[in-house]
Amino acid sequence: MDTAKTQTYDYTEPVLSAKGQRMRDILTDYVVMVSHRLPDDITAKLQELQKVEVDPVQKLFYDTMMENQMLANKLKRPSCQDTGALQFFVKCGAKFPLLGELNDILKDAVYRATKKAPLRTNALQSFDEFNTGLNIGDGIPSVFLQVDGNGSDIQMYVYMAGGGCTLPGEAQVLMPGEGYEGVVRFVMDRMTSYGVNACPPLLVGVGIGTSVETAAFNSKMALMRRVDSQNSNANAAKLEHLLEDGINNIGLGPQGIGGKKSVYGVNVVNTARHPSDLGVAVSTGCWSHRRGLIKFDEDLNYELPYNKGVEL
Amino acid sequence: MKTYHLTTPISDDDIKDIRVGDLVYLNGSMTCARDMVHRRFVEQHRPLPIDIANKAIMHAGPIVKDEGNGKYKMVAIGTSTSMRMEKFEEEFIKQSHVKLIIGKGGMGPGTERACKKYKALHLIYPAGNAVYGGLHVNEIVDAKWTDLGMPEAMWSCDVSDFGPLIVSIDTNGDNLFTKNKVIFNERKEAEIKKIQKQVKFIQ
Repeated sequence: MDTAKTQTYDYTEPVLSAKGQRMRDILTDYVVMVSHRLPDDITAKLQELQKVEVDPVQKLFYDTMMENQMLANKLKRPSCQDTGALQFFVKCGAKFPLLGELNDILKDAVYRATKKAPLRTNALQSFDEFNTGLNIGDGIPSVFLQVDGNGSDIQMYVYMAGGGCTLPGEAQVLMPGEGYEGVVRFVMDRMTSYGVNACPPLLVGVGIGTSVETAAFNSKMALMRRVDSQNSNANAAKLEHLLEDGINNIGLGPQGIGGKKSVYGVNVVNTARHPSDLGVAVSTGCWSHRRGLIKFDEDLNYELPYNKGVEL
Repeated sequence: MKTYHLTTPISDDDIKDIRVGDLVYLNGSMTCARDMVHRRFVEQHRPLPIDIANKAIMHAGPIVKDEGNGKYKMVAIGTSTSMRMEKFEEEFIKQSHVKLIIGKGGMGPGTERACKKYKALHLIYPAGNAVYGGLHVNEIVDAKWTDLGMPEAMWSCDVSDFGPLIVSIDTNGDNLFTKNKVIFNERKEAEIKKIQKQVKFIQ
């Protein structure tokens, strides 16, 4: 250190129940795994796009990406240096036994995974403007919790949300007169401005809702869905396909250098809206879309639906 | 597209024929310098603690392992969004005499002017390939401004065959991304027209 740190972030590891410790340890290992292995749907799509690009530079970029992922797996290192600000999107039954300890478990899992992986320490305390050096801070990791009925299971998406792709999302509430035509304009404009720099090929998450925060939240949930999934509403699914083809026809190519394709896909998640408002948001997942899904039952038996064959 | 292998120190002559779209691999000195390093140097007029004249910087916040005794090991390194540094880059190039700026995505008119006037290149490394990048770093030879935290500190690296790097702004001030964006926007407008006709869901 050539300049003394003036401020520090105090963190004492929580005292957890034996079961809580077990869940934390599983999640620690899962976060580490998410940092060096892409989910199955993303890997499959990456391989598909690699075959589509024919120009030498584009091919070279895709070859580098494939080799990087192979090396990250082999050497157990984070595949991208920006391991993000961790986000958890949780659905939890009211009878899940560790609900009361959940926030402590998640924060401590990130704290431990950061040392273990190691992850980049990305948590900066706002206004005081210092890096905690721990990758946790006030509100980081971000935990979005929905209580889902009276069950005893829990499921959570784990997302390494990168500073140059998904964190700078955008939301706006359109006037209904602008219609879904306005939604199309909003999404497409972001592709040629922000999308170019957000590490294409992208997974584009579009959220429709009644306000900025519902639309924004929906756009994030859209990024949690599998690339090959489809919205259950016929019109929303149609919009997904139209936008996917439209953005691909812009031809952003890998890293925005131009090419045959721009995106892995477009996912739309929608909720109802007030008659006066049409909220729309865009979140862009980068090519290195490190998001996971883990499901626990009350005894902490777990499944990893996005990572076939992986054991922690 | 031509391929070049550059070794630091880099002279004006070494890069004068290199054009946008060309492929470059770097050997020698490359120092991480992103948002805060630019701000301290350009806005706060603090002298750079690591000499980067005729060398390369990378808009990058790597993952580094502290091995104690002032020794650090590179775990993963890749590029960050260059556009964030556009506000400072013209002045940064002018005052630091840096020759290569490695980042991701395009940069703007200030960087174009500086690349032309002071003979420098902006190049992009395919971001996200941080293990691959890390394996081309031989060692971290110096670490300064570590008070800024891991992503923002100046990590001075000795690199071998670091790349692939694609030239995005050359010494004529030509800009690959500006050209691309014109094409992207034309295509976008055509696509919007096509799609808008098919989404009249509010009846």
